[in-house]
Amino acid sequence: MAKDEFQSRQFKVVGTRVPRPDGLDKVTGRARYGADMTAPGMLFGFCLRSPHAHARIRAIDTSAAEAMKGVKAVVTRADFTVTPQDQGTRDILDNVMAGAKALYDGHTVAAVAATSRSVALAALKAIKVDYEVLPHVTDVDEAMKPEAPVLHEGRQQESVPEGYSQNVLARSQYGHGDVEAGFAKADLIVERSFKTAATHQGYIEPHACLASMGNDGQGDLWCCTQGHYMVRNTCSAIMGMEAGRLKVTASEIGGGFGGKTTVFLEPVALMLSKKSGKPVKMTMAREEVLRASGPTASTSIDIKIGMTKDGKITAAQGDFRYQNGCFYAMNGALGAMCGFAPYHLENVETVGWEVVTNRPKAAAYRAPGAPMAAFAVESVIDEMAKELGLDPIELRLKNAADEGTKSAYGPTYPAIGLKATLEAAKAHPHWSAPLGPNQGRGVACGFWFNFGGDTCVSLMINPDGTVSLSEGNPDIGGSRASMSMMAAEELGIPYEQVRTVIADTATLGQNEVTDGSRVTFAVGLATIKAARHAIEIMKARAAQLWGIAPEAVEWVDGAAQPAGPNAGKFPPMTLKEIAETASNTGGPIAGHFEVNAEGAGVSFGTHIADTEVDPETGAVKVLRYTVFQDAGKAVHPDYVEGQLQGGAVQGIGWALNEEYIYGEDGTLQNAGYLDYRIPVASDLPMIDPVILEIPNPGHPYGVRGVGETGIVPPLATLANAVSRAAGVRLTSLPMSPPKVLAAIKAKG
Amino acid sequence: MSRIHVSTTINGDDVDYLCEAGDTLLDVLRDQLDLTGSKEGCASGDCGACTVRLDGRLVCACLVLGAEAEGRSVETIEGMAEGEELHPLQRNFINKAALQCGICTPGILVAAKDLLERNPDPTEEEVRYWLAGNLCRCTGYDKIIRTVLETAAEMRGAA
Amino acid sequence: MKFETPQTVEQAVALLAADSGARVLAGGTDLLVRLRAGHIAPSAIVDIKHIDGMGEITQQADGGWRIGAGVPCAAMGEHAGLVADYPGVVEGAELIGSTQVQGRCTMVGNLCNAGPAGDSVPALVAAGAMVRVAGPNGTRDVPVLHIPTAPGKTSLAKGEFVTSVYLPPRGARGGDAYLRFIPRTEMDIAVVGCAVNVILEEDGTVACAGVALGAVAPTVLLVAEAAEALIGTKCDDAALAACAAAATAAATPIDDKRGTVAFRKDVSGVLARRAAKLAYVRAKGD
Repeated sequence: MAKDEFQSRQFKVVGTRVPRPDGLDKVTGRARYGADMTAPGMLFGFCLRSPHAHARIRAIDTSAAEAMKGVKAVVTRADFTVTPQDQGTRDILDNVMAGAKALYDGHTVAAVAATSRSVALAALKAIKVDYEVLPHVTDVDEAMKPEAPVLHEGRQQESVPEGYSQNVLARSQYGHGDVEAGFAKADLIVERSFKTAATHQGYIEPHACLASMGNDGQGDLWCCTQGHYMVRNTCSAIMGMEAGRLKVTASEIGGGFGGKTTVFLEPVALMLSKKSGKPVKMTMAREEVLRASGPTASTSIDIKIGMTKDGKITAAQGDFRYQNGCFYAMNGALGAMCGFAPYHLENVETVGWEVVTNRPKAAAYRAPGAPMAAFAVESVIDEMAKELGLDPIELRLKNAADEGTKSAYGPTYPAIGLKATLEAAKAHPHWSAPLGPNQGRGVACGFWFNFGGDTCVSLMINPDGTVSLSEGNPDIGGSRASMSMMAAEELGIPYEQVRTVIADTATLGQNEVTDGSRVTFAVGLATIKAARHAIEIMKARAAQLWGIAPEAVEWVDGAAQPAGPNAGKFPPMTLKEIAETASNTGGPIAGHFEVNAEGAGVSFGTHIADTEVDPETGAVKVLRYTVFQDAGKAVHPDYVEGQLQGGAVQGIGWALNEEYIYGEDGTLQNAGYLDYRIPVASDLPMIDPVILEIPNPGHPYGVRGVGETGIVPPLATLANAVSRAAGVRLTSLPMSPPKVLAAIKAKG
Repeated sequence: MSRIHVSTTINGDDVDYLCEAGDTLLDVLRDQLDLTGSKEGCASGDCGACTVRLDGRLVCACLVLGAEAEGRSVETIEGMAEGEELHPLQRNFINKAALQCGICTPGILVAAKDLLERNPDPTEEEVRYWLAGNLCRCTGYDKIIRTVLETAAEMRGAA
Repeated sequence: MKFETPQTVEQAVALLAADSGARVLAGGTDLLVRLRAGHIAPSAIVDIKHIDGMGEITQQADGGWRIGAGVPCAAMGEHAGLVADYPGVVEGAELIGSTQVQGRCTMVGNLCNAGPAGDSVPALVAAGAMVRVAGPNGTRDVPVLHIPTAPGKTSLAKGEFVTSVYLPPRGARGGDAYLRFIPRTEMDIAVVGCAVNVILEEDGTVACAGVALGAVAPTVLLVAEAAEALIGTKCDDAALAACAAAATAAATPIDDKRGTVAFRKDVSGVLARRAAKLAYVRAKGD
């Protein structure tokens, strides 16, 4: 499909700050999230989880649990008799219900459905699992060593050279030019190693679902997910049923950030429901969410940059080793692609590694793989700016990618907004504000690809002239509002006249998961096209009534009007008037559009942070924070600002306090919000968002995804600010007070 | 298993229920009374998504036993609006985009309402510390804090 | 599991004495978390909040304070007289958990939970507070310091429970302070906690002092050397430095997910110095 070229226009609805249609339900407690649905005769399902990081499962005895009053079904891997065709889905099955081995602390090994929570939990205790505990590994560098305990045999791709453990599943390489020649031209070369801990998306709503599966081979599933079509396709493959026989309805979703782009409970609930013959509801406790959903990768990264005295980068090299948990994921490659993406480089070479360990499989987390890479690259750039006595923004402007730059990962950029964010940052009063003692200011850039993907939208013109819009992506942060706005804009009617609903999988065609910051871009594009489709039909209906050719009708301000030689011959017919007569002009009117959307348009941001470090305790206080990001076109500026602010704060948490802490025994030590420390309100200043609008050439309104880029720069921004405040370079995240204090003391 | 009979008041109405000794008030609200506006984010008092008022004091419903509600008064998010009239905080949370996914919103609204009843003119710092037990992962808190402060000003103006 | 609501101390003692699997419920902010996580499975929960006096803060004839075992920490912060006399005790109590947790949690629960890092305990110890313990053999008064014996363990015998805390009369020229270090600004367990209580001579010299550390040993530490460093001084820099050094030397922490040995020892000294300074300023009343 051809890209939909951007056309400049005067917006009436887009760009305003209208109230969201799901707001009332969400402020009154009426909105139904994953755990809020019940069904008659419903059972409560719970998982039994491995207490070991790595263990062979010799046997599971469920007889005592099955014999308990109130227990209606017990399932283990033996109940999952279908082997999915592709490796990715087989991995998901292995993840949701352990096969021959438990691969991490918290890995599900059995599940129970019973008439009450208390009975189900008692039944879990009655299940006996015979484990043979195996040696484990949770650190990425350790897992790569040839002598490391091996998780899987025979999964290593050919790209991996000799001499590495079988845990290294893949190696990928990017770049261009001649880095050795580039380094030879450098006046200053800095080479540093970095570590980042695994973090969790931290969505406040635990995973939950309600499954109903009959012996007629049909099923219904209600769940909180970023993509119910993905849930349908994955679960039907695991259950060995045709996708059309499983209807999945997305509940309201209490945050996802990438963590709800796969399944955990859903296939288990379906199997329990199938076996018990009753609806089964499953909810995860917070502890289960942290132990056994999909955190992000931990990393170990080496960066080498060469620069001339005046700050021109001559060569850049990066080695990105990503720990992805117990199954293959493509995070190291994304890190290797994103780290140097903000720069125009003659010579660049990056390598990404995908490594498995005895941890839960990493899921996506907001720009997956990119924040850690930016942390490492932007830290070295900051250090070099300091060493050379150059302004860190000027240095970045000198090397910034622009339209026509061949990116570090290959493609050549169309119009992009990186320089605009840097110029805006340089001109902002924040950049020149005075700093006090023990305070430091950091700046960093970040990049994310953005994505389009499979998308379907239906737009119904109701008999009274209202418009019902059906889309297939759960509304995580206001997308019903932005879709209604784009439909209203295109149709030329008030925002209030459009109501957007999230359709279930049986009501609308396939939709890609809500990921890659794709929804406002791709679903918005499909919405505009569906509106245009409906407009064409409405123009034809008006033409029919007027007895003129449809081509002689134009659509202006929500009405058909005769154009060309017929101009002025008939009074305009509004959408409402056309709708009211539709039954007599050929029947109901609806527009629809189905597309694999391309042209998402890459995104850049620049962040500035001020921090103060207590030299006696290593405590870091964030004093001021400003985000500059290119949004293409901000459809609903409030929710764009919200994305920038939320991304920045997740990044602040990642930089300062959040981390997965595994003990010597390979078990997670901090599986709760008490010790998995996400930022609280009193930790933070206001987050000042500055939206720049450099239209995306690939969208009719110029829209770019904005959801993910905001989390890419903060890790480096904070590291640069803290390093300058403390007078010593911090190279390991999180920059927890013990680490900061130790660094200050080591510097003397 | 014998269950405990409890008579209590919820959002001004008399309510009776039976619960197990280990059931929390949150379990009762959600699973028995279908008052699912109070959310379970952690079941350990660390996230505040289940914030309710018990005899006028802010508590996490996950840290109260259902049996403890006997003879007491519980206020939940479902009782915050007066009929179709939203509380100014509720109205402004919609109009000022102080929610994204909305899962933390009920708890934050109940907590913020309690704050403004105790202190109609809080500082930004006071709002931030009062709400420190209400985790929000979407917004970075900025618009929540601003909206509470702006609503406080609006309510002072109206009073 | 049974749920009991005794109306008198005697009934509560009888229930607890008869059933070693019974657990006392006051605020429930620790008990319910452990219950939910499956870490404990009590045979009965004994809610003591229906007993007279459990929810009260009263000034005694001697000028001291008695705080019932069911008093939520939020109520302490709302009590002007208690805040004026023991700002450090109140700030320790008010640091436990969130606003919502404050509505339920109690100092006595925090103490009997016997976690090494309980925020309300160091200031009680520094102030020389006592608790009243009821049991099958009547009541006894015990220094707070002697209640926790090890992480999760107390000196309470079978059938015994704490009914109240007693803080001695504040008198003139006394002051206290509690500071803790946590990674965030709220919602964390103390990595180090330090309380200092001082009573001054008329000329501002420290006559009497207590310095207590939390989270750096299996139980709260009363550091005599740190107190001695302050006594006879006006909390000048040299005295504060000696107090800090004594606190650092006394701390015997462990490495865990919340902090390292080196960090905790360093920060013990930092907090001792800062808390001593604050307590001294409060005691002087200027």
